[in-house]
Amino acid sequence: MAGGLHDSQIANPVIRWIDQRLPVFTMMQKEYGVFPTPRNFNYFWNFGALAMINLVIMIVTGIVLAMHYTPHVTMAFDSVERIMRDVNFGWLIRYAHANGASMFFIVVYIHIWRGMYYGSFKAPRELLWMLGVVIFLLMMATAFMGYVLPWGQMSFWGATVITNLFSAIPLVGDTIVTYLWGGFSVDNPTLNRFFSLHYLLPFVITGVVFLHIAALHITGSNNPLGIEPKGPQDTLPFHPYYTIKDSVGIVVYLMVFAVLVFFAPNYLGHPDNYIPANPMVTPAHIVPEWYFLPFYAILRAVPDKLGGVLLMGGSIVLLFVLPWLDTSKVRSLRFRPISRVLFLLWTINFFVLMWCGAKPAEQPYVLISQISTMIYFGYFLVALPLLGRFERPLPLPESIAVAVLGPKALGAGPLPGGVTAKPMEKA
Amino acid sequence: MADALATPGTHGDHPGSTKRDFLKLTAVAFAAVGTGAIVWPFVSQLAPARDVLALASTDVDIGPITVGQAVTVMWRGKPVFLRHRTEEEIAAARAVPMDELKDPATDESRVQRAPWLVVVGVCTHLGCIPLGQKPTDPKGDYGGWFCPCHGSHYDTSARIRKGPAPLNLPVPGYAFTSDTAIRIG
Repeated sequence: MAGGLHDSQIANPVIRWIDQRLPVFTMMQKEYGVFPTPRNFNYFWNFGALAMINLVIMIVTGIVLAMHYTPHVTMAFDSVERIMRDVNFGWLIRYAHANGASMFFIVVYIHIWRGMYYGSFKAPRELLWMLGVVIFLLMMATAFMGYVLPWGQMSFWGATVITNLFSAIPLVGDTIVTYLWGGFSVDNPTLNRFFSLHYLLPFVITGVVFLHIAALHITGSNNPLGIEPKGPQDTLPFHPYYTIKDSVGIVVYLMVFAVLVFFAPNYLGHPDNYIPANPMVTPAHIVPEWYFLPFYAILRAVPDKLGGVLLMGGSIVLLFVLPWLDTSKVRSLRFRPISRVLFLLWTINFFVLMWCGAKPAEQPYVLISQISTMIYFGYFLVALPLLGRFERPLPLPESIAVAVLGPKALGAGPLPGGVTAKPMEKA
Repeated sequence: MADALATPGTHGDHPGSTKRDFLKLTAVAFAAVGTGAIVWPFVSQLAPARDVLALASTDVDIGPITVGQAVTVMWRGKPVFLRHRTEEEIAAARAVPMDELKDPATDESRVQRAPWLVVVGVCTHLGCIPLGQKPTDPKGDYGGWFCPCHGSHYDTSARIRKGPAPLNLPVPGYAFTSDTAIRIG
């Protein structure tokens, strides 16, 4: 540490000169090179990296779309059609952005599901999990405001319905809605502020993602067994083992993305959004985008305005306290036979809610939504607290290495490349 | 794969090339092509869109423009100067010896029909619009145009004669669609 410079281990003199003054290369090497990572990841552990890639794709395509888009009620719809017809590759960039939103939610839902199934939210990763819920909420806000921008019928009426949710708040609700709109209905001021915020929020998301990853690199990753690595025999350096495993996932992810963009770009959209917004006529059947459907079903399941809004909000806010609702010390549901079955049923129930959300608000869908809503909340508020107390978990493996390699791991056999012989940097 | 691992350095057609070399080369090649394919649309979208290209020509009715009169029309977002030149102006433009010109070009090469001068009215120095279209405008030392930004003087063939501009005002592609109409672009 001569002269206050960082003690860099980099050999290249130019990079070393920078690294001594700004040790970003040392940091990358520590956090993404040799970072000790549990050796037993399955492909569910790809989805954090995929979400990161997806965020980058959304920001890059979004910045380009903003170069061609006009946020004004009389020009927004036409400017989007101009992007589709006149701008070079505009169709590709817009379809990538629109379907990128769907891909983002697919990836993030799987990422959240992974966290719930393998107990990644439990101590010491509670804050990491809560930051993830913040990202999820920001994503929902961003996606909603983005969907308003093309100013089609679904944009307009979606904006009207969602902003009106706030009118359910007693006393100040109507004032809040007027302030959200900047007028007395969804109109040009609303479109302008939604565009501004739709551009801003992804960068807020980027910031929270940074905190999410910083917190992850303090606790280290969870793994499918849900037991902490006990030493170097339980981990692998992040590079090349998980850079290459993530790359495999990225290739598959891009293939799915490409199929959506090139063969079914409007499959997840709604045709009514190709009709310009008309404040005088509501479409016969309005539905949100697919990723909001389960929450939309909860909203409609409650025959009371404020109650519906509260329950819908509560269904997500509940995730913040999940680390304390689940009282079991065992993380992975692999070792919790009853919880495992109940969680898989809860997962199916989530899809039932999604299906109900797409159906009209009439019987039998309302009744099914109500039952599903009870199951959704019952799992969190009744099943999880009780299971932790009464369920007898299966015996946990002695260590990750023993579970992965069998008894020979105890004989300290040769490990791949000798790289795992390095001491762990974090316990 | 097992062969390659068992006998490293002897696989493939060329001695010393291994299966890993092949894998690296193909992976890098695919990554390069893939990156190019992604970058291409993002660069291409910066270029003028179809609707912009569709507006790239302008029709002008020159019938009402009398001798000595000048009009300015917009073409591709830029002013185009049309001047119905007098006999004296044409004579002055044609009398100039080539070695006096900074950017030598004969007046004949800059017009299709002698009375009609059509040039893009953007100074070749730093893009200002020269004065000289209105009767009250200063026309510079050579009776053409004068750019007030940095003092470039253009003659009656819109050639640069004095000042910092390096080139003559450019002549756009245009055609007489009839005796009283031209299409620019």
